[in-house]
Amino acid sequence: MCNISTVAHVRFVLLCGACALMTIALAGAGCSREEVEVTTCDGTGKAMVARDDIGQDLADTLMAQWRRDHPDAHWVEQEKERHELKPPADNSDLLAGGQADGHTYGQHDKRDLLLWARETEKLVVEGSRIFHSADLLGSTVAVSCDMCHPHASNTHPETYPKFQTQLGRVALLRDMIHWCIDNPVRGEHLDPDGPAMRALEAYIMAQRSGTPMNYGKH
Amino acid sequence: MPCGNQTESMKTLVQCDFDGTITEEDISFFLLDAFAQGDWRRLLRDYKERSMNPEYKSVETKYREQREGFFRGLNNLDRRSFLKVSAAAMGAAAASGVVSCPSFQSVAVAGDTGASQRNEPFRFAYISDSHLYEKKINDRFARALLRAVEDINSLDPQPDFVFYGGDLAQLGRSTELDFGAQILKNVKAPLKMMVGEHDWYLDMGEKWRDLFGEPTYSWDHKGVHLVVLNSVVEKDFWTARGMSPEERMGTVAGLDNGVQSPFTVGEPQREWLKRDLARYSDDTPIIVFSHSPLYKLYKKWNFWTDDADEVQAILKRFQSVVVIHGHTHQLLTNRIGNIHFHGMLSTAWPWPYAPEGMPELTIEMNRPDPFNPNDGCGNGEVQVHADGLVDKVYNLWNRKPMTLSRAYTASWGSKGAPPRPNRASY
Repeated sequence: MCNISTVAHVRFVLLCGACALMTIALAGAGCSREEVEVTTCDGTGKAMVARDDIGQDLADTLMAQWRRDHPDAHWVEQEKERHELKPPADNSDLLAGGQADGHTYGQHDKRDLLLWARETEKLVVEGSRIFHSADLLGSTVAVSCDMCHPHASNTHPETYPKFQTQLGRVALLRDMIHWCIDNPVRGEHLDPDGPAMRALEAYIMAQRSGTPMNYGKH
Repeated sequence: MPCGNQTESMKTLVQCDFDGTITEEDISFFLLDAFAQGDWRRLLRDYKERSMNPEYKSVETKYREQREGFFRGLNNLDRRSFLKVSAAAMGAAAASGVVSCPSFQSVAVAGDTGASQRNEPFRFAYISDSHLYEKKINDRFARALLRAVEDINSLDPQPDFVFYGGDLAQLGRSTELDFGAQILKNVKAPLKMMVGEHDWYLDMGEKWRDLFGEPTYSWDHKGVHLVVLNSVVEKDFWTARGMSPEERMGTVAGLDNGVQSPFTVGEPQREWLKRDLARYSDDTPIIVFSHSPLYKLYKKWNFWTDDADEVQAILKRFQSVVVIHGHTHQLLTNRIGNIHFHGMLSTAWPWPYAPEGMPELTIEMNRPDPFNPNDGCGNGEVQVHADGLVDKVYNLWNRKPMTLSRAYTASWGSKGAPPRPNRASY
């Protein structure tokens, strides 16, 4: 057996898919065949391997294990595959030159644009998950939003605020979301500023991208 | 104040006090102490402790009790108790502001000028897309199916048969299908069943076949040949993804879920259809039932049959073909050559119209009222004329029935158009 008391820690950052970090600890001397303990940075995956195996194979093995243990790791891609989303607006015109010299405001590179798009999309994707799940929405009768509103159709967020005759007052999109939660969905109201409401509003509005705002429209 | 022992001579005094001024003792309390009879303070205490009387229940409590009572009634669903329970379901619908419209208008047979008189006109009714969850989970969809059965049982005269258009269950569970079968047992006229994707993809139709037999069949009725297809056959998308049967069902159950495959009738059924039709002459009226529309409308919601062109080609030689389909939960009309297409209403919920590709002949129904759970839902009937073409009646709950007449599709929309919507889809 190897004695692992003389472990030298060497940190490698392996960029594989989900960017899981791995700590690779080298097992010490005294072994006839040198072994290495490799641990994922969150401590959930561990393997002892011969030192010669270090490399892509090793990374792939651990990554596969990590993916098995984290089936939702690619939730954004998975949700986008299930439920088509409209992409956020294209901002590539900002990269063009013009009055850029000596002016810091408005100086953006591709990396900025990618960050904005990904972060915005992530909120929308989370909204799509809630929109399509009676459980995440908290329905007591197994009713989810998409059952009446596939791809958020007939949600018309661009028509709010408007006087909702049936409520006898002016309603915003979130009032109608709560109305649906009260009635067909039979669930608990969401915190109006909480993450679920923010995500639902984000998804519904994102799906109407390109539709002119038309408040008060019946 | 109506407290204590009221006598004939006692006057009722109503005093309103809203301002909530902070005082040691409310002025109203002094008035009550001086003038009210009986122990009014006990009433106040009971009210605060919510033990007052059973009329003071929260909406949630009332809803829960109503639902429990409804399901208790469903436990023993013979003919007698069916009438009671479905009457209660109708009552609850009326109480929640849903006005039950007089069931069906009897449909007069239009003049059949120029039609071949080979067959005797007849009428059948339809119910479709009930999407039942198992008992205890959701009572709304169960109530709606009961209402449809009640509607059709009250038709006088009774239709020749009742056609069920598929998606009896929501997630294909045997408890859901058993529950649906139990309710549909109460249909008085002979019942013909069709399968939908929600009935199929948990166990690939095993339970459905146990209950209702093979999903593909045909029969003759009063000179018309009627064919039922399983048009929801999807290419295997689940094995490669390692999906469980529940995951497969959940994927197919999402209308806007893009992981699933498009619906097809498929080669084996197309071959069966060719053989089945071979013995009929070109002038035999044909009615085909399919769950999905047998044409290509909107692929993203599977308002679509991928091999529709091939199926239409098989039907092409017949002079009169009518396709009646479910799945789309809305007024939907189309005609491709000799084939006239009509959608069926759902009892559970209406779908929005597809954002593109709508057939020209379709006159959309008004956007449903979100505040009325039954608006845009319903059932209907089909009057088959002597030439095999049909008047399609949409019995919309909470609205006037709408009829898409034989004359309308026969004239490509120039005659007999029903009123157009003034509340279009968004």
